[in-house]
Amino acid sequence: MSNLPETPISAPSEPTISMTHLNHHYGQGSLRKQVLFDINLQIDRGEILIMTGPSGSGKTTLLTLMGSLRSIQDGSLSILGHELFNASKEQMTLARRDIGYIFQAHNLLNFLTVYQNVEMALEIQTVTAAEADTRIRNVLTAVGLEDRMNYYPSDLSGGQKQRTAIARALVSQPKIILADEPTAALDKKSGRDVVEIMEKLAREQGCTILLVTHDNRILDLADRIICMEDGHLVNRSAVDAIVQHPK
Amino acid sequence: MTKMTQKKKPLFLSWLQLRKERALLLVAIAGISFADVLMFLQMGFRGALFSSAVEFHNSLNGELVMLSGRSRALISLDRFSERRLYQAAGVTGVASVSPIYLNAIQWRNPENKEIWDIYAIGINPEHQVMNVPGVEANREKLREPDTVLFNLGSRREFGAIAQRFESGESITTEINERQVQVQGLFKLSPTFGINAYLVTSDVNFLRMANFRRGGLIDVGVIKLKPGADVQAVLAAMRLRLPNDVKVMTRDDYARAEVAFWNASTPVGYTFDLGVVIAFIVGAVIVYQILYSDVTNHLPEYATLKAMGFRDRYLLIVVFQESLILAALGFVPGTLIALGIYRITNIATMLPMAMDLGRVVFVFVLTAIMSSSSAAIAVRKLQTADPADIF
Repeated sequence: MSNLPETPISAPSEPTISMTHLNHHYGQGSLRKQVLFDINLQIDRGEILIMTGPSGSGKTTLLTLMGSLRSIQDGSLSILGHELFNASKEQMTLARRDIGYIFQAHNLLNFLTVYQNVEMALEIQTVTAAEADTRIRNVLTAVGLEDRMNYYPSDLSGGQKQRTAIARALVSQPKIILADEPTAALDKKSGRDVVEIMEKLAREQGCTILLVTHDNRILDLADRIICMEDGHLVNRSAVDAIVQHPK
Repeated sequence: MTKMTQKKKPLFLSWLQLRKERALLLVAIAGISFADVLMFLQMGFRGALFSSAVEFHNSLNGELVMLSGRSRALISLDRFSERRLYQAAGVTGVASVSPIYLNAIQWRNPENKEIWDIYAIGINPEHQVMNVPGVEANREKLREPDTVLFNLGSRREFGAIAQRFESGESITTEINERQVQVQGLFKLSPTFGINAYLVTSDVNFLRMANFRRGGLIDVGVIKLKPGADVQAVLAAMRLRLPNDVKVMTRDDYARAEVAFWNASTPVGYTFDLGVVIAFIVGAVIVYQILYSDVTNHLPEYATLKAMGFRDRYLLIVVFQESLILAALGFVPGTLIALGIYRITNIATMLPMAMDLGRVVFVFVLTAIMSSSSAAIAVRKLQTADPADIF
């Protein structure tokens, strides 16, 4: 369904997500406050990146910018080869179709069944009825919900809801997955399960994952860990210190 | 197309959403039905008023009608000399003319002796003046002195005349201190101005309404020869006659009656206003429901925007919801209105009738009502910001 031209993934030099000199402000006039300072970051295809940092450090802002949910004010950010600086509303909407989102709250549609919630993600894709059905069933089986397909979200546990949200994000086979604290509302066991499912499915589909988390139990799944502090990306050695000596 | 290559059918999101919230759905349907019933009733009363008001006019057996220059409506008549009618009879193309006397007279209910005004129509029993089956079949009985034809379907204040007559009873009562006998029944609906009619001969009319002078009539019916040019005859009459009388076609006569009720009485306005108020009530109910529905689902809508759905998709969902509600509310509304029409018809004898035009009109109004409410409610959608959901 995406009207964007074929993404030049074949070019090995082209990262999936690339940002240079990215700044961002909130507010107007004297209340104007800078939240992101000169962010430079490249994320390669298939990479699993975990972003940590204290609350208020700008992680979520950066995530919404990468997700094409917020307009770029200053600097450059391109996803899959498309520049988002000065992108039109329509271009921003279309860019979102290549991204799977997993939210802290599951954000499922309460009036749809598990199956239908996953199906929603295919509403904006061009698929045949048979292919859609196969993909929905496969992804729900992969997250272990094959016998909950006709349940409404209100009849599911927290972990089951989050797994439905993951199925919804993955069913359209996005090239990028952005996840914001996907384990925050889950206990240790289901949190770990959920992220492992994500990782497994993403590796199968070769997609890039950016995961924002405070959860130290899942850091070992990352290819690379970055850390935000007061709107700055801090260097790698500082991150290692955090990982080895969690406060 | 084979099953394998068929495009996936889109999810009917609006219906799925409405269906899941039964209470909201029922309130919406009840509200829209209520608004529809109100609209149907106002239009029904208005239609009954107008169709009953012109039943007499449409029954006249003639292409043209002569009235006093000062007559406005059946309840606002003035008399003129029947000589004017005979003058008009001399115009080329006229086949016959016939005078009609009209006046409210006092009818004594034979059961409880109460006196009620009844609208008496005095016709020449030798002429076919009114195309009303009961009148046509019985008019020659009116040659006898003190005979009348009574109104089938008149209000019960006049006594159960029709039922008793039909069961073979001989009915005699008093009009203006004269004993009169009912010789037959005919059907004309009561109007907002006239409770019941009575048909009698011109001679009997002048006996009962002894305050009226013979030769001063209320309506003149003019029948033209077959093939006569109505407009040409009308023009010739207007040239020949002084302007103390007016001549018009029977259709214009009926239209003038409707215009009188519509414009010169509060009745037309009252019912029109009723329709407008029902429309507004319905619109407010639908707006309230759609607004709270959109507000409740704002996080979901923001999620859909984040997934790459366009604003247009969400707008269509809300408009679809409004039209589904309109259709679901319209059906019970129409059925209830039909029931109330029937009850009103039995209770008041007013000819409350549903016609397809009104059904379509109310449906269109309902759709406009719902979608305009949706148009206001969707402004709330703008506040669904996909950046807020992280």
